[in-house]
Amino acid sequence: MIDFMLLFFLVIFAIAAISMKDLLSAVMIFSAYSLIMALVWMRMNAVDVAFTEAAVGAGITTVLLIAALSRTKRREENSPQSEITNSKSIQRRLLLSLITVIVTGAMLVYSTIDMPDFGDPDAPANLHVAARYIEKSYEETGVVNFVTAVLASYRGYDTLGEVVVIFTAGVGVVLLLRRRKEQ
Amino acid sequence: MIVRVIARILIPFIQLYALYVIAHGEIGPGGGFQGGVIFSASIILYVIAFGMEEARSRISQKMSDLLSSTGALVFAIIGLLCILAGGSYLEYDQLPLGTPKLASQLGIYGIEIGIGITVAAVLITIFFETAGRKDD
Repeated sequence: MIDFMLLFFLVIFAIAAISMKDLLSAVMIFSAYSLIMALVWMRMNAVDVAFTEAAVGAGITTVLLIAALSRTKRREENSPQSEITNSKSIQRRLLLSLITVIVTGAMLVYSTIDMPDFGDPDAPANLHVAARYIEKSYEETGVVNFVTAVLASYRGYDTLGEVVVIFTAGVGVVLLLRRRKEQ
Repeated sequence: MIVRVIARILIPFIQLYALYVIAHGEIGPGGGFQGGVIFSASIILYVIAFGMEEARSRISQKMSDLLSSTGALVFAIIGLLCILAGGSYLEYDQLPLGTPKLASQLGIYGIEIGIGITVAAVLITIFFETAGRKDD
């Protein structure tokens, strides 16, 4: 029941965020969306992911987006496209794409019926390396939290890559936005 | 005034909590990424309460730039030390630090600190660069 409510709110927030013309409100709704998402992760017992979602998604991303908004305008401008959409051919094309999206979505929902239950120990995803991480990670890495063991040890290269990605993002921002003194 | 007083009380605790999250990543949820984000949040609170100039006098541009690369380098150098110790890249238990398990723990601890430094410094830099431009 709680899960259903959370997912319901996620959909509401997602629709509200894209339909909002006031960008500051949209950023706030995104923050609420991330907070709900963190609760969903908690419900799935993924505490590390929930922690990251709450700190990064709901917290720092909101601040950085507001900082970015202070550099631009607060309101989304009406694009000239809204006048074109009244013409017949465009409306037909929009209807066609709506049908495509609904059919694809229905097919995706239909395919979930065949998927294993959440947390099923016999699911293909749980049969591969998960058992070894759970049973052996303390012996092999000496770390109790096996999420950390996977991130830092078994998948150490990926984590190094992530850190370099963050560093590169910082370098990019500095190169694009920083003013040199002599200019 | 109220904001400044509250911020002055809160910031040390936020930073302590950030360090706790980084150090505690091996035992509970958390780690370098989350801890680094929380640490940068404390600096952003400082900027909101005391202003950009005051914050820049505490953390200079040069320092945040330097720390951004330091963290990534700490991670990469720990990986290289593993090669020097006779293992392959990032194979922590080959480090000559007591038992293999202890070496692995310390290696993971080291890279978490590196991740924390880079994440915190990069986020502070991005915030300073986007929010701190007065001209144009």
